[in-house]
Amino acid sequence: MDFDVLKKVPVSEQDPKVRATNFDEVNLGYTKEEAVLEASRCLNCKNARCMQGCPVSINIPGFISKLKDGDVEGAYNVISLSSSLPAVCGRVCPQETQCEAQCIRGVKGEAVSIGRLERFVADTAKEMGIKPQLPDNLVKKGKKVAVIGAGPSGLTCAGDLAKLGYDVTIFEALHKAGGVLVYGIPEFRLPKDKVVAKEIENVKSLGVEIVTDCVIGRSLTIDDLFEKEGFSAVFIGSGAGLPRFMNIPGEQSLGVFSANEYLTRSNLMGAYSPDSRTPIMRAKKAVIVGGGNVAMDAARTAKRLGAEVHVVYRRSEAELPARAEEVHHAKEEGIIFDLLTNPVEIIADENGWVTGCKCIRMELGEPDASGRRSPVPVEGSEFTIDCDAVIMSLGTSPNPLIKTTTAGLETNKRGGIIVNEAEMTTRDGVFAGGDAVTGAATVILAMGAGKAAAKGIDEYLSKN
Amino acid sequence: MFEIVKKQMLGPKVFLMDVKAPLVASKAMPGQFLIVRADKDGERIPLTVCDFDRENGIVTIVYQTVGAETERMSRLNEGDCFADIVGPLGNPSDLCDLPIEELKKKKILFIAGGVGTAPVYNQLKWLHDNGVEVDCIQGARTKDLLIFEDEMRAVTKNLYFATDDGSYGIHGNVCVALQKLWDEGVRYDHCVVIGPVIMMKFACQLTKQLGIHTVISMNTIMVDGTGMCGACRLLVDGQVKFACVDGPEFDGHLVDFDQALQRSRLYKTQEGELMLRLTEGDTHSGGCGMCS
Repeated sequence: MDFDVLKKVPVSEQDPKVRATNFDEVNLGYTKEEAVLEASRCLNCKNARCMQGCPVSINIPGFISKLKDGDVEGAYNVISLSSSLPAVCGRVCPQETQCEAQCIRGVKGEAVSIGRLERFVADTAKEMGIKPQLPDNLVKKGKKVAVIGAGPSGLTCAGDLAKLGYDVTIFEALHKAGGVLVYGIPEFRLPKDKVVAKEIENVKSLGVEIVTDCVIGRSLTIDDLFEKEGFSAVFIGSGAGLPRFMNIPGEQSLGVFSANEYLTRSNLMGAYSPDSRTPIMRAKKAVIVGGGNVAMDAARTAKRLGAEVHVVYRRSEAELPARAEEVHHAKEEGIIFDLLTNPVEIIADENGWVTGCKCIRMELGEPDASGRRSPVPVEGSEFTIDCDAVIMSLGTSPNPLIKTTTAGLETNKRGGIIVNEAEMTTRDGVFAGGDAVTGAATVILAMGAGKAAAKGIDEYLSKN
Repeated sequence: MFEIVKKQMLGPKVFLMDVKAPLVASKAMPGQFLIVRADKDGERIPLTVCDFDRENGIVTIVYQTVGAETERMSRLNEGDCFADIVGPLGNPSDLCDLPIEELKKKKILFIAGGVGTAPVYNQLKWLHDNGVEVDCIQGARTKDLLIFEDEMRAVTKNLYFATDDGSYGIHGNVCVALQKLWDEGVRYDHCVVIGPVIMMKFACQLTKQLGIHTVISMNTIMVDGTGMCGACRLLVDGQVKFACVDGPEFDGHLVDFDQALQRSRLYKTQEGELMLRLTEGDTHSGGCGMCS
């Protein structure tokens, strides 16, 4: 194998032409030989800056040095001290802006591929049957904590609390645990049975109980959890809420979907498979509106379901909020990017079915409050993209359910739950984290919040 | 698991099931719905709650077999279990929020069409239990499709029937029946209409003319039913609303029914295909032209 110490050891991927027609995982992961070779690039810095870039503070040089010696179990145990979902994070974290952005190797050459190594360790540990362990000297606290939502923040919070000796129950609204990991992120980026289900089994193996089909705010309220069910603290990790639409004419037409709906049908309900009993529209030509990671997931899903796909985004390529790797993969798969373009109307036939998306060209003007140059429409530049589906991927606004059924829980202007530095809400003993607090963000930030909340809950319950 | 403790056929393709679902039963209020999955590969199907027994942890659902999923549900028997039931979802009926004394002063009419009778029954029973007497018009195409006659009589002051073919009660649809009552001098100031979208549309046109405040309940396409996917959106007074968290009840005079009707047809082709696959099984010839 050619090896350049300044460059990452490349990872095998499915050929773009082939993978654009299937839902198998794109990135095939390192072999052991490749992983050990990549690990050898780590300088094992004393002041490990990579760790500061990690929202859950994994001892990165620690696990990599075990891997250098070929000790996968040792490496897994190091990661497990900080993360409950390493096989997930190794796949979906934006390492390029977190740990890898801080790596000294990146100053002159490419950063160590920490994400791929994490994935290798987690996947290999799984194959070897290694599970996360409770501490040997664990003393049960005899206190119950309720976690609302079995997504990244909830699973992380629950795992950490179990390791501290609490009795933890997760309440999940859907019929399956995993949150965005099962309903949002597609199979080709994050396999459900092979990876997500196994990570959830690992969290359960720590003693965490998961109750599905239970909507907090409806089936049970937060007051019920304290008063009737005997919980001493509650963590809200209920995730993002209702999809946003553009409020343009024609948006109610048949063939206009939110990315949430489209992805939930495909991922949670398995509608990408011809055997599924949940329907999904198999478009001939689809327009995806938006430029985030969710837009890329929707675009690549539509492509795999047989559509010609156009991503319509109102700013330029430099402003695309999606990870560079996702954009790169999407382009490789033949997805067309119509940048500096914004929909103004959705056109439908006499029966209401979408026939086109009327757009206007944009140009970049002065920077706005976010520092990004704000797009301005170019007068008279309207044109129509013929299509039979339009998928809106414009972010979400918070779900009002828990807020409206819980007295004393305050939210900010955008509807996010207000928390203090210990992740406690304005209601005593109720903590929150993840998208329910921040609005739509990443898996790893939600995990970081779940982790911080577990610490906050432990401190709170130690005093009370 | 969610065990079916009672199954009853109420009419052609119409089934009633009592199911063990303690969490739903403990919290359900009139106007709310639940989501059921027949088995581990099932689609999530929203159904309104017809009745609940908090003490025994049982909810009653009534449904018509319209597609492959409801057909599969109807093939389950007493002692079998649904894979999932989650709820209650959506907001309770606005009527449940009003003081009972105020409700007693109102002249309330319910209009129930087809299996919409089930959710109407739940509200009528709640009102009756709280000492509020109301009237109801129950409509169907023909007499055989009228369900719950005895139960409905027990919880209403006046119960009127309307059949399209005149086989029972007033000859004509629910609008004909309401107009007839109105012409006879009967007056209402609050109306609740639940049934097929087309019926709710025309009933609302009439109540608007007559100046009766009207509430309807939307049974839209849904996936999660908890405010995440946005499949259940509809236009109310020109604004996008979500049936699962903003509804399912809305002001009937502000709902865009034509668009709601159109949206309800979104997956008709796929649903038909799934039904063929279920009923014809391996013998399906591919004649539908849709499957590969």
